Amino acid sequence: MSNNVSRRTFIQGSATAGVVVSGAGAILANTEEAWALSTEVLSGDTALSILIMARTLYPHDFLGDQYYAEVVANLDEQAKTDSSLVEKLDNGVKELSKVIESDRTYNVPFKDQSSGLQLQNLKRIDGSDFFETVRGATLAGLYGNPRVAALFGWEGSSVEHGGYINRGFNDIGWLPKN
Amino acid sequence: MAKKFDLNDDSVVVIIGSGAGGGTLGNELAQKGVNVVCLEAGKKLSLDDIENDWGAMFGKLSWVDKRQGTGDLLAGLPLWVCKTVGGTTVHWAGASLRFKDHEFRARSKYGEIAGANLLDWPIDPNEMERFYSMAEDKMGTTGTHGIPRLPGNNNFQVMEYGAKALGYTDVHTGNMSINSQPRDGRPGCHQIGFCMAGCAIGAKWSTLYTEIPKAEATGRFELRSESMVLKINHNKEGKATGVVYVDADGNTHEQKARVVAIAGNSVETPRILLNSASNMFTDGMANSSGQVGKNFMRHMTGTVYGTMPGAVHFDRGTQMAGIVMDESGHDDSRGFAGGYYMQTLPGFGLSAIAGNIGNMSVDSPGKWGRNYTREVVENYKNMAGMWLVGEDMPQEKNGVTLHDSEKDQYGLPIPVVHFEDHPNDVIMRNHAFKAGSAVYQAGGSKKQYQLPPFPSTHNLGTCRMSANARDGVCSSTGATHDVPNLFISDGSSFTTGAAANPTLTIVALAIRQAENMSNLLSQNSI
Repeated sequence: MSNNVSRRTFIQGSATAGVVVSGAGAILANTEEAWALSTEVLSGDTALSILIMARTLYPHDFLGDQYYAEVVANLDEQAKTDSSLVEKLDNGVKELSKVIESDRTYNVPFKDQSSGLQLQNLKRIDGSDFFETVRGATLAGLYGNPRVAALFGWEGSSVEHGGYINRGFNDIGWLPKN
Repeated sequence: MAKKFDLNDDSVVVIIGSGAGGGTLGNELAQKGVNVVCLEAGKKLSLDDIENDWGAMFGKLSWVDKRQGTGDLLAGLPLWVCKTVGGTTVHWAGASLRFKDHEFRARSKYGEIAGANLLDWPIDPNEMERFYSMAEDKMGTTGTHGIPRLPGNNNFQVMEYGAKALGYTDVHTGNMSINSQPRDGRPGCHQIGFCMAGCAIGAKWSTLYTEIPKAEATGRFELRSESMVLKINHNKEGKATGVVYVDADGNTHEQKARVVAIAGNSVETPRILLNSASNMFTDGMANSSGQVGKNFMRHMTGTVYGTMPGAVHFDRGTQMAGIVMDESGHDDSRGFAGGYYMQTLPGFGLSAIAGNIGNMSVDSPGKWGRNYTREVVENYKNMAGMWLVGEDMPQEKNGVTLHDSEKDQYGLPIPVVHFEDHPNDVIMRNHAFKAGSAVYQAGGSKKQYQLPPFPSTHNLGTCRMSANARDGVCSSTGATHDVPNLFISDGSSFTTGAAANPTLTIVALAIRQAENMSNLLSQNSI
């Protein structure tokens, strides 16, 4: 894998390089960021597509893909006890893989689509059950992740630090005085 | 030592619910020598169970038994109240404001308002002074009884600056039942945040660790947690005789009673009465007026978040210690009846804000995508937040009914809760949205988000007090008009909602009710 290849290219183009299919599940590996995600239930194609979808819904340039991969891991965990979820996600990815033009419809795997086309397809299915399932899982799994939330200024549990009484509850500096 | 009463002991007062109404009434009665059995549907937590984690605490505290919301309400979660010992006093934010005189006389002061089922309270506001004072002393309310107000956090300072710049003058950190210094064996506030997830150090007043242990210490009070009430029994004379409930193991019991007091919050209280229908009370107990379950109010509410020019870190510190009171009077020139407050309130964590602004605010650049994350999520630490709370109009069409067919885990018909804004509520909310946004603009905010009501914690009016038996369910003491030994002891009894957060008034009324009830008991009148 060349260093010239961007991270996004690696992820999107990693169907063969980064995904190892083993039985029902798959492993998504990103050597550049040194993380890997193994799924037990979701296929490699579905897992990678959901990861891209999560990132496209709530993009932050300073977040690596490993945080979005945790959203996929959460869904995989839920899918272990909910086979209808697997079906919903597989079918949703199938829908996202449709390219609908004015005079024809054809298929390009979602993960292989250009980012512009991916965005267009997500807008097309905005509000569907599948879309809201993944959107809700992303809101909870991404912003509910304390390591991510800390980067946005969410400071989490404070009682074990004695609250904020000596840690800046009234430290606002920029506000003028009346 | 906590007492155990026999199920057949028909000398006890049975209180249903252990929150602001039930917990207070129970302790007040026990202190006066009355024997009390308190049935609480939820589990008993300790301070060790309270975490600074919104999701975890929502799961531990919330009443999530199936309910159906209709009208403006969320179908699956029409309100946000608690099923735990201490009830919603575990979750409440601590704001403790007295009702104003005009709010006790809404019908006289506001006049006839189409579609509003307004009525004056059957209580003289002057008489409430003494009970408000006792409640404030009990709860350690800041700004009363010489108790200093809490210090203002960043979120308050942003509100204070903008409000004063606009010319508002009645701006401070409020009357909060959160200790600003150690009091009553509880510590002062550590500015933890997370007040509404439960106060992990017990600085905030909650019956869980104040009224209930004090009542137990009298030896005249028994708390039975995880005891879900199914119905109230009565005799041929139409007097309440006992309460049927299911315990944690699923066993059904009847606790005999001399008096029954219901404090289950404004959905469960009328639901119990409706579920207690009998040959004698075909429309439900205490319902000759037809007003049981009617006139449901939840306050005019709304939320404004403002993106400020610098960091606010609004999660730090006491969540609701900040108030603008200038709009709380009744002033016809604004185009609506009643008034409202602006109170500081942050969000409920990053993931809640990241979802709620997109899902609820028309000011948001959509729900997702690059513009959304840049404008909304990446400004999280710069956000200030306030809650708007004002008087809403009682309407007969808003209320609680029993579902035709769907049952809950106890075999009871699930409650259907219906609420629609009255036009007065909408006009007031729009006024409050503008005022709230203006406060942040005055502090340099370029972007504000106005969010419609969340599932409400203030739920009122479904068994209201009335001077005349045909207009309401109970008298000024909470005694039901139809059944002399059956009392309403929570916010269900409110004749109108006023603008203020309701807990202080619930507690004051419970103290008043305990005085009255113990007199009646000693006179053998009930």
